[in-house]
This record gives sequence, structure tokens and C-alpha cells, in this order.
Amino acid sequence: MKLAAQLVGIRKDYVLKSETVRALRGVAFDVPEGDYVAIMGPSGSGKSTLLNVLGCLDKPTAGNYFLGGDDVARMNDDQLSWIRATRIGFIFQSYNLIQQYTVVENIEVPLLYQGRLNSQAKQRCRELAQLVGLGERLTHRPNQLSGGQQQRVAIARSLVNDPFFILADEATGNLDSATSEEIMQMFERLNNEGRTIILVTHEDDVAAHAKRVIRLRDGLVQWDHPNETRVLAAAAAPAA
Amino acid sequence: MLVFLHTFQLGLRSLWLHPMRSLLTVLGIFIGVASVIWLLAIGEGISVVAQRQIEGLGAENIIVRSVQPPADVTAGMNGPVLYGVTRAEFEMLKQTVPTLKNNGGGALPIREVRRTISYDGRSVDGRVVGCTPQYQQALKLEVATGTFLTEIHNRNHENVCVLAEQLARKLFPYEDPLGRSVYLGENKDFYRVIGVLKYRNATAAVGGSLAAQDFSSDMYVPIETVRQQITDTVVTRRGSSFSAETVELNQVTLQVNSIDNVRRTAALVRKMLRVAPDDKGPAVQEVGFKGQERSESELNRQDVSVVVPEELLEQARVTKFMFMIFMGLIAAISLLVGGIGIMNIMLATVTERTREIGIRRALGATQQHIVLQFLAETISLSVVGGTTGILGGLLCPLVIDQARALAIRFAPELMSQLPPVVHELEATIVPLSIPLAFCISVLVGVVFGIYPAMRAARMDPIEALRHE
Repeated sequence: MKLAAQLVGIRKDYVLKSETVRALRGVAFDVPEGDYVAIMGPSGSGKSTLLNVLGCLDKPTAGNYFLGGDDVARMNDDQLSWIRATRIGFIFQSYNLIQQYTVVENIEVPLLYQGRLNSQAKQRCRELAQLVGLGERLTHRPNQLSGGQQQRVAIARSLVNDPFFILADEATGNLDSATSEEIMQMFERLNNEGRTIILVTHEDDVAAHAKRVIRLRDGLVQWDHPNETRVLAAAAAPAA
Repeated sequence: MLVFLHTFQLGLRSLWLHPMRSLLTVLGIFIGVASVIWLLAIGEGISVVAQRQIEGLGAENIIVRSVQPPADVTAGMNGPVLYGVTRAEFEMLKQTVPTLKNNGGGALPIREVRRTISYDGRSVDGRVVGCTPQYQQALKLEVATGTFLTEIHNRNHENVCVLAEQLARKLFPYEDPLGRSVYLGENKDFYRVIGVLKYRNATAAVGGSLAAQDFSSDMYVPIETVRQQITDTVVTRRGSSFSAETVELNQVTLQVNSIDNVRRTAALVRKMLRVAPDDKGPAVQEVGFKGQERSESELNRQDVSVVVPEELLEQARVTKFMFMIFMGLIAAISLLVGGIGIMNIMLATVTERTREIGIRRALGATQQHIVLQFLAETISLSVVGGTTGILGGLLCPLVIDQARALAIRFAPELMSQLPPVVHELEATIVPLSIPLAFCISVLVGVVFGIYPAMRAARMDPIEALRHE
């Protein structure tokens, strides 16, 4: 099976004053295409650091991180920017939309930095907005939208560059439970369409939607298993 | 390129989010850019005034003028006051100065007297100018009807005259002046009109040594006739007292054969007439004999001044240069202050938008993209300032005219004391100053935008994303 991402012996040390904090101490796992992974762990487990490494915002101290055959761990800042623009779809807890942009313009941002923003791409951005149910609000600005709507804009934005995987950081952390459920359904639908999703969360009922759960503890993978309830449910209803 | 245009568009839009702030920020650039255009326009105006002066006087001419001694010098004296260039001196100049046009033919004597000129009950206070036929060509006077004075008129001391256009019109509103005779009351003498000149623009005054010449009330008479009929001594009556002065020649215009020789000839003429060299002019090498140094008073004759239009050009250049330095300083200071203002605002903006920078970085913006974005915003700011500054600069001629009109209306005494340049100046927009001003505003944007932009780009994306 083709891999969306592969982590091999990822270490990350932070030097704080004279003390070295070892945030990641050799994390390794594969993410096959089409997978839906939830990464869990208590605070201090290295979850945020792993997220930054996965999102190519930070470089590991040691180890290899393969994204589509390229070892991202050895890349410079500009190359990492390019990887972020082309291969990763970010979704954040606080939506992180650009306030002065409209819905469509926010969706266009990653394409802007790929230099691929033509009329065809703009059309695709409008279609994505429709896909997440915001076809009527293309020219609204983030402050005119509810939290759930903003997060749907963020989802549309994460899809625009056709990424290797979607990296969602506490995507439902700021939402009420009904809206959370809505967003989770959207993730599930995307996953069913073949999208690879990596979800970082500390909520069990969010993680329950994933196919696979990875638990971190003290900078190491403590637990990496298929999510039985969901796998079983899928087995019971193979048509889904 | 596309990305860059897009960035500019976005830059302008984010400025529009804070209109008041942007406006205040832009003010410094506005003033700076406007003063660049103003300084060039006014500098050009000064040049034009100077050029016009030189043109009026002739760049190849040297003008030797008799200067009336001040009243306090002559107060106790009896008899007519004697001053000015003498005919002997004129002959000396004509015979000995080697660089004159037509081997000495380029020396023109002029005698001026104010007289009441009348015809058929109409009187005009005019200026009788005794001159030679060459005067016409030297001052580029054009004859409308009739002829100018000729050598024969001069030789025969004939009572003939040529009138300036305005004078002719005042004296002869209904008749053709040719062939008629005007009357000089003070001399009880008639002069037959043989020609009328075309209208001529007045020349500007030059420093303190040469008054403005408007040719409008001139009556040209052969100089030999003036000598015979009006004579050198002129008595004027002021109230109950009479004052008399004896002047042989009021002016000698020396036409130099080549413009390159003007300065050297001027030095020679000054020496011959014992006039102190003009301080404002270029230093003239003093060639004296050792042990034969001339005393101070000898080289300090006050009743004659030597005006060299070519040197005036130099003076005008100095005036213009001083002015340009002054205005340039204002422009530089306001651009600096404006630039610092812009930098300050951009630094605040960068901090304010840390989160946005983080988002953009996460979504794939390189450091270069961020630099470009903030640079584009800074340049948009400064270009908006620059463009309004250019518009403000273009108003320069209008504002100067209006301000001068206002000043003359409300403070006429103050204005009358100002040098004539102030009155004659017509600011002329230098076309090149517009692209120059635009480039300056872009440059200010780049120079003062690069630091905030770099600071934005160097941010750690993870920190920036976490920023509240």
C-alpha cells in the first residue's frame, strides 16, 4: 500500500537555558494513503511537537520523515514552505482564517503561494466552498460566519491543494457538540472519498471517529492500534 | 509578477482597513514629495527669470552705467553734481578694448533724460534716450513703421525721434505719428517723428545696479542732438530748491565679439574705469606691478558700475542653488520623518498581524513571500503619499500665484521690500520631476519597509501561529 507519510526514529530536542528537553525520543509510524489516524496523548507527551514536525513547521533533530518519497527532515525553510503549500492541508483549532479576506479568498491562499492561482483554480475554490456548504456565502468575511462555518472554510482550504494528508489540530476544540459532530461527519465523508486524515486531539469521542489511534507518552508512541469500534462497525456494514 | 500585482492589491486593501492611520502616516511622504516638485519648479522659475534678464541685456554685452551719488554725499555741494562716464572714457574704451565687436563699433554711448513729451495738448512723462543707430540692433528693437535713427541724423544733429509703441499710442491716439513733431516743454524744442517701434517686453531689474527697463515711454533721439539741445547739465526743480547734475553719458553698452571674452573684457573695463571688481562675480586675477600697488580709493570708484549679464547668470545660478539646497533639505527631512513614520506603523502592523503571518507561513508562504507582502504594503503607503504629493506639487504654480496676490493685497509694504525675483517668479513644473518624485516615494517605501518586512519574515511560524 502506498504511504502518505512515513516517520522513522523522529527525535526532537529543545535546548532551554542549560537544560535539554527531549520532546520526541524516537517516534516511528507509517500513515498509508486513505488512513484516518487520531493522535492522542496528555499534555507534555510531545503531541504538539509531533504535530509541528508532521506539518513541516519544525524540523526533527534526528530521524527521517518521508513525504511522497522526499525526506522532509533534511529540507531548508523554502523547501519546507513548498511542501506545506503543496502536500499538507492544515486545519486548526481556532480556524485561522485571514480576517480581511472573503471565504473564497481564504480558500485560495495556498494556491497563491504555489503560484497556481488562475481562473480555473478560482472556479475550483468556489466549488470547494459549495462542497462544504458555503456556496451562498462566498463573499462573506470570517467575522460574519459562525464557528462551524469558519471551520468548514478551513476544511475547504485544506483541500484546495489536493494534499497528501489533512492535518487537523483539535479541529473541534472551539465548537459545541452539535457542530463538532457535523465537522466530524465531514471528515468521515472525506475519508470515505479516499482522503488521508491525521487528527490531533485529546478528546476520546473525537478519536472514536478515526480508524486508528496513536497514543503518545513522554515522547514515544505508547499505543498504536486500529480503532476497534469503528473497524468493527465497518466490517458489520461492508457497503459503507 | 502576477503574485506581485496581487500582493499590491491586497496591500492597498489592508491600508484601507485603517484609513485614518494610513492618512496620517502618508502625510510626511506627501510633504516630502510635494516639496521635491516645488523645489524643482521654483528653481526652474528662478532660472527662467535669470534667463529673461540676460536675454534682455544680451549675454555678450557689458553694461557700464553712471550711478548718481547718494543724496547725503551731494548735500553740501554747490553747483551741478558731476558724475558718471565721460565721453573721453567712452572714446578710450572704444579705441583700446581689443575684444569689441566690429573693431570698436560695438561700443554704444547712451544718454537718458526724463522729459515731458507733448503733442497737441497731450503730455506724457517720458524718457528721452540719446543713442546711436547701432542701439536698435543691440537691444533688438523692431521698427513698426518708418525707420530708426541713422548715422546722418546723428552727424547733422537733427531734431528727429523714434517713439516707443505705447508712447506713440498715447500721444497720437487718432493720427499717424510719422512726420509730425512732438514737443519737449523743458527745452522748448520740437522733434519730428521718423519711426515707431514695435512693442517690447520690459527687462527685469538686476540687483541694485540696474533698474528694470520698461521701454514703453522711450523716445529715441540721436545722441549728438541730445548733447547739443539738452546738454550735459540738467537742472531739476524740487519744490523751492534746484538741483543740477552734469552727466556726459548715462550708459555705455559694450558688445564683446565673443561670449568667451566677456569675463576678461569685463575685468579690463573695470580696471580702466577704476571700478572695484564685483565681489559676486568670479574672481578676476589682479595683474599689477610690484611696488606700484594702487590705493584703495583709486580702485573704488562709486559713480560708475559695470554690469556683466554673464556674471548675473552666475549669480542666478548661486541663488537657485541656495534655494534648491534649502528646499532639498526640507524635502529630505520630511521624507525621512515620513519614512520613519511608515516604518513605525509597519512595525506595529507586523506585530498586530503576527497570527496572520503564522497562518500564511503554515499555508506555504516562504519568507520571501512575507517580505514581498509587507514591502508591497509599505510601498503602497508611500506611493499613495507620493501620488497625492505629486498632485500637491502640480498645484505649485497656482498656489504661488495666489499666495503672492494675497500677500500683495494684505502686506504690500512687506512685499515691496522683497527682491524682484519674488515678484517675477513663475514656477514651472519640470516634467522630469514627476517620475522622479514617484521613484523617490517608491524608494522611501523600500528603504523604510525592508526592516519591518524582514522582521515579519523571520518570525518562527510556530510561535506566530500561537500568538494571540
